[in-house]
Amino acid sequence: MAFRFGILLGVRSSPTSWRILAGALVAAVVCSVAIAWAVPRQAGGTNSPAPKALQSAAIFPPQAQHSGLNIVVLDPAHGGTDQGARGTEGISESDEVLQFATATKRALEAQGFQVILTREGNDNPSFDDRSARANAQRGAVFITMHIASTGLTGTARVYVEPEVPQANNITGLIPWDRAQAPFLSLSRKMGEMVQQELSKRFKGSPDTLQTAPVRQLRTTAAPAIAVEISSVSVKERSELDRMVPGVAESIARGLVEFRPSYVVPTIPVPGGSVQP
Amino acid sequence: MNPKWTVWLGGVLLAAVIAAALYFPALRRQVNKAKDLTEKTAEQARRELLPVAPVSTGDPMVKVKMFWGSRRQEGELLPVDVELPLSRDPVLRAKQVLNTLLAGPVDAESRTLPPDAALLAFYILHDGTGIADFSDEIRTSIPSGIQSEQLAVESITRTLEANVPQVLRLKILIHGQEADTLAGHVDLTQLFRVNATDAAGTQLDNPSPPGSKLPAPIRKAVETVRKATKR
Repeated sequence: MAFRFGILLGVRSSPTSWRILAGALVAAVVCSVAIAWAVPRQAGGTNSPAPKALQSAAIFPPQAQHSGLNIVVLDPAHGGTDQGARGTEGISESDEVLQFATATKRALEAQGFQVILTREGNDNPSFDDRSARANAQRGAVFITMHIASTGLTGTARVYVEPEVPQANNITGLIPWDRAQAPFLSLSRKMGEMVQQELSKRFKGSPDTLQTAPVRQLRTTAAPAIAVEISSVSVKERSELDRMVPGVAESIARGLVEFRPSYVVPTIPVPGGSVQP
Repeated sequence: MNPKWTVWLGGVLLAAVIAAALYFPALRRQVNKAKDLTEKTAEQARRELLPVAPVSTGDPMVKVKMFWGSRRQEGELLPVDVELPLSRDPVLRAKQVLNTLLAGPVDAESRTLPPDAALLAFYILHDGTGIADFSDEIRTSIPSGIQSEQLAVESITRTLEANVPQVLRLKILIHGQEADTLAGHVDLTQLFRVNATDAAGTQLDNPSPPGSKLPAPIRKAVETVRKATKR
């Protein structure tokens, strides 16, 4: 059998030839392992697990589950080859924001929310794919999380979409490109509550929410906000890590406050109204 | 061949394969770097060929308001008065103020746009829509983030609002193409409002909402810019 295999590979069945063959096989394995290790690092960095200190984000007592708002779609921005903002010590937004989202998920789950992450690894879903995760749910809110490369270190800001005119609607369907329009007032309310919690926790953060035409929010048919943390330009990575529990807790508190005011909005159509 | 030599040869080959595997990441990095460098050089060469907005010595000196970042108030813009020879022609005037905005303030910390970005073209349509076409660096060199991208767009629209009243709304293109976002955050599919009222003082409607199809004349103009950039 070994002899036939040797013939197949074009080597004589001597011990030396087999040693060479074995050496080549080992080399091929080593080569494959090295390439498999190198390519993902080049493509978008590795996902470092959240530090242990950050794994107990929710510290306030959980509340009873309400009907209406139950699902939170958390969107750690960027990922894959898109690393987002890059700072000192090799900090990349796409890795850091995943830690923030993971801690926020735990804090929200402790409050009885069901949490969906738009990405859990180093992949990069499209804007529309991320929105679709929220648009496919009923009774969901959407939070996209970012870390800026500018801004006062240790602060956090909440953004909502500016006023978008609603499309004339005769079908009761929401146009994908303007999906956020019917939810703007709810988004503002949710944003204000989260921003208040963040400004209590992080001195120097604005007291009021900001408006900006954030692309990710436009196609989301749910109350949606963007949370931006400053910044990747910290002197040491630990400065950002220290913010993780506070951001997670502030978002969870804000959503607990917002939950009673959550009502699925209706879309006006000729001859009646339709719920999205 | 002597069996001893065969073993040696195998060993050398094995060592070469391992060395190549270890060298692979560094090689990949070098290739990527070289690619970036080539792209940048091509962009710079193209920009050098483009005519700079002409500054005629006959243009009157005018006090213009430029909107750069405020150092005191994080995330805010501050109007700065600058005296410039400014053309009466609105297109030239828009190019002149936008090039001054790109050149940046004395204090580099107050910049809102990357220093290596360039204005490739500027047009004004009959309905008052301005079309500004910037080089790729506006996307690749801008500090990433919602705040910084929002400041960049606002500094452009507010500077045009203060100095070129003929521009009522603005469409931003990057390298002759429509872009989804500036650098991953701020939505560029929309027309940005520049002036709320036209020359006759009439209140203007909202410009086209983000994501909606652009009006036909603007689509046509965007197509023209795209073709011109390709050439």
